[in-house]
Amino acid sequence: MTAAFLRAMIAVARKDFRAEARSRELLSLMGLFSLLSILIFSFALELNRTARLEVVGGVLWVTILFASILGLNRGMALEREGGGMDALLIAPIPRGAIFAGKLIGNFAFAFTVGVLLTPIMSALYTVPALQPSVIGALALGTLGIATVGTVLAALIGATRARDSLLPILMLPVALPVLIAASRASGGLLTGAANADAGAWLLGLALMDAIYLLVCGALFGFVVEEG
Amino acid sequence: MEAARGAHPLSAEMPASQARTGTIALTVLTILTIFGVIFGLYMGLVRAGTDIDQGSVQRIFYIHMPSFFGAMLAFGAAVVGGIMYLRTRQHKWDTLSLAGVEIGIALALVNLVTGAIWARPIWNTWWNWDPRLTADAIMVLTYAAYLMLRSGIDNPDTRRRFAAVYGIIAFTSVLMVLIIPRIIPTTIHPVVIGPVFTSSELAQGGFELQATAGVGAALGINFIVWMFLIPITLLWHRIRLQNLADRVEAMKTEALSS
Repeated sequence: MTAAFLRAMIAVARKDFRAEARSRELLSLMGLFSLLSILIFSFALELNRTARLEVVGGVLWVTILFASILGLNRGMALEREGGGMDALLIAPIPRGAIFAGKLIGNFAFAFTVGVLLTPIMSALYTVPALQPSVIGALALGTLGIATVGTVLAALIGATRARDSLLPILMLPVALPVLIAASRASGGLLTGAANADAGAWLLGLALMDAIYLLVCGALFGFVVEEG
Repeated sequence: MEAARGAHPLSAEMPASQARTGTIALTVLTILTIFGVIFGLYMGLVRAGTDIDQGSVQRIFYIHMPSFFGAMLAFGAAVVGGIMYLRTRQHKWDTLSLAGVEIGIALALVNLVTGAIWARPIWNTWWNWDPRLTADAIMVLTYAAYLMLRSGIDNPDTRRRFAAVYGIIAFTSVLMVLIIPRIIPTTIHPVVIGPVFTSSELAQGGFELQATAGVGAALGINFIVWMFLIPITLLWHRIRLQNLADRVEAMKTEALSS
């Protein structure tokens, strides 16, 4: 990684952050959806308190995943409308830098939503959620989701079905991350001793590394013109 | 007609004699596969001893597991096709990818259905939400998504490129099926072959390979048939079909434009 690569990467990410700072469109969309989602889950699971405590990790992660898909779809649509992707491709910067820059943006949005969501869930479900290990699971989990999402969101731009196709393509591929992340945060949220949490976090980091390598290598093929 | 064929980029055509040798080889392979299936069924249903716990129900295993590995081989072919297409941009690799996915789905469905039939008497349910079963179903859905992605893109070059990318990413779902029952301790799906990292005390319906006479042999034969012969034969047929369809398409375009 040269300095030029890093500079291009940061420039791409900064472009996304600036657009978001001006419109606040993605974060409000994702945030509102997440709030509604956990409220709906909380009503749906109201009947049984122990069951609710056990599934709280799963609820958190399903919500984050769906919110990410929503954000990715909207973000890609915004790029298409503004011709942003074409401009990025014309710019004399490596494709890897575009991927990394978009990834930083997507990751930051998903992670922010997760971090905002955790204390709210902590209050709604009365569980001690604000722990460093939960934040660790959030960081690693949203990184994995954002990595896969960055490639797949670029992929659906050329399809006829567009927005409706992303969940179908993304849910099965993001499943490994979802499982590991909810396993890692599940026990932590209930406060029960979760001896496996460290192992799941390690597995999550490993998965992120694999996805980063594979998706980073494939992104260039997705965005090339042809 | 010959001129039309020569004009199309796909028809870097084999000479006629070579094509005929290919057809003969395919016919021989097909017949071999059919006999292989029959012989495999004979070994599994007749020769292998009856399982002392599960009775004859256990015999479905001779098709259940090998068909999963056949699906894995086909999905693996799709990955190879995807990587090679992205490197070389030759259409034949994309054809291999498509054929691999379709045949993989077919074999994975054989695997799922035989599993459900086996589970009814052994687990007393057609389906439970066991991690491995769920992962297997998700694998099938992932590749169904692959086919949807293909059908959703009009530009043929974009379609091939994107299908290659998704075909490579989708293979993670196959790895999930292999890894999940080995790391999640709550599965009741037995692990018969290969290493186990967290031994599941809940596993219901496993068996010893050496327990009864002919079990290993029946499994070996069916492995060769379902993991290699059937996927390879079907792949070959599917690729040949696709090539013919492409040629018809090219000739149609040629006829319409002249």
